[in-house]
Amino acid sequence: MISNSVSEDIATDIALKAENVSVFYGSTLAVKDVFLDIPRNQIVAFIGPSGCGKSTILRCFNRMNDLIPGARVEGRITFHGRDIHDKSIDPVELRRRVGQVFQRPNPFPKSIYENIAFGARINGYQGSMDELVENSLRGAALWDEVKDKLKESGLSLSGGQQQRLCIARAIAIQPEVILMDEPCSALDPISTLKVEELMQQLKESYTIVIVTHNMQQASRVSDMTAFFNAEATESGGKIGYLVEYDKTVNIFQNPAQKSTQEYVTGRFG
Amino acid sequence: MDVNEPTGGLEQSPEFVQDLEGRYRLDAIFEFATWAATAIAIGVLAWLLISVLIDGLGTLDWQFITSFPSRKAERAGILPALQGTILLMVVVATFSFPLGVGAAIYLEEFATDNWFTRVVEILIGNLAGVPSIIYGLLGLTVFLRLFSDITQGPTILSGGLTLTLLILPVVIVATRESLRAVPDSTRLAGFALGANRWQVVWSHVLPAAMPGVMTGMILALSRAIGDTATLLVTGAAAFIPFSPDGFLSRYTALPIQIYNWASRPQAEFHNLAASGIIVLMAVLLIMNTTAVVLRNKFQQRS
Repeated sequence: MISNSVSEDIATDIALKAENVSVFYGSTLAVKDVFLDIPRNQIVAFIGPSGCGKSTILRCFNRMNDLIPGARVEGRITFHGRDIHDKSIDPVELRRRVGQVFQRPNPFPKSIYENIAFGARINGYQGSMDELVENSLRGAALWDEVKDKLKESGLSLSGGQQQRLCIARAIAIQPEVILMDEPCSALDPISTLKVEELMQQLKESYTIVIVTHNMQQASRVSDMTAFFNAEATESGGKIGYLVEYDKTVNIFQNPAQKSTQEYVTGRFG
Repeated sequence: MDVNEPTGGLEQSPEFVQDLEGRYRLDAIFEFATWAATAIAIGVLAWLLISVLIDGLGTLDWQFITSFPSRKAERAGILPALQGTILLMVVVATFSFPLGVGAAIYLEEFATDNWFTRVVEILIGNLAGVPSIIYGLLGLTVFLRLFSDITQGPTILSGGLTLTLLILPVVIVATRESLRAVPDSTRLAGFALGANRWQVVWSHVLPAAMPGVMTGMILALSRAIGDTATLLVTGAAAFIPFSPDGFLSRYTALPIQIYNWASRPQAEFHNLAASGIIVLMAVLLIMNTTAVVLRNKFQQRS
């Protein structure tokens, strides 16, 4: 499993590394030639226009693309130096270490407690479940709002609370990386702010990769920003590629590429 | 402009001919048409129900329910048929639920979408419409002849297994539909937590689909309980003057007994048939109520 070699590589500061990664859906190339290092305990934002492959690349990191029929990933992705497509790596174990929060809040139609306990239970958690549930909810800044109604359905919460429940569920299995696919796109501004504040706290313990359409959000929360763009093909499709990847402050104030400049200033996209 | 003109009382642009009166008339006609369709359907059923009650209530008493069939109409009862039907339903539910739900889970959750699964899907859809007599002939060949060592000939087990075949397509189709209605985001949430497919299906997808699965089972069992042709072919007996003593017993069932009484020339037996129909409907009602209660329980839990 992963654990043996992680201890050696844990000292390195790169959590995830994509080298020359291309993703195909069937015979269609969706994203090509992505090189990217995700540093530990940092927030990395993926920005870019729709259809440029941000979410596709995000899903590569926990092999969720495996679940899409016909999807194929080329190139090399390493997690603490280990190739995640290596035969010795089980995607089920990888996904415990690299969690994901989705675009729309998707709590299980079960109690708040069960939402958190499920992941821990299937991954063989041995400790006290009550404590884990409390700590995870505290970690997601949701405990005070739900501590008196843990037996109620997760679906009874507001959208913003549901998304924080999903974050609590993700951190309950103690991952190292949390992938967030536009986590605030279905939330109102106040809930968005809460999730953003939460991300700053989570950064202490986790590495976060966030896909966002909201450039203010990227500039507010992230340390590094990757700008993706898409080029049209002759057959009318689009192929995404990574334009520029740098410190967030550079991307927004002094980008090296003209298209980045145009995108972050709102001139296209 | 005169506000009483049918323009809704508001100033109209000459480019729009509103004709509100005509549109409301069409609305009313359509409402009446759909009401009439409902009324006709309910009316026919009510008529059927009332005529059965009129014919059957007179002979329906405790003695009728607890007696064995007899050549004399006033002493005849329905006990063995009632017991046979209950035992048949136990066999059918026991086999069709795991087989049907299992097949549906495999096809919907595990199998990849390819030509094979698509052919299977079409075949199952068609099988749901095959007349029950065909299933009866299949059961005759398979369960009465081929597996006669296990089923011991025309027993409750072989009859129940044949009825299971009859309703399996219905159970599979209904289960697949309700599995498909579970949003993919639920599955993705499970996978992202490191669950494998079985854990996702068992913990999240199946509980969410359970109300729909139960509805499918209700419909399927209702079809099985009233089916006559299948049991006629697979050897349900017309005259059983004893209680079945297990699943390997010879038996008769409510629809068989009703069919048998209804085809006799004497009018007294026709009344017994009507009483039998009332018993059959009562069993059906109890069965459906149980299923609805179970379904509501599942819905509350989720």
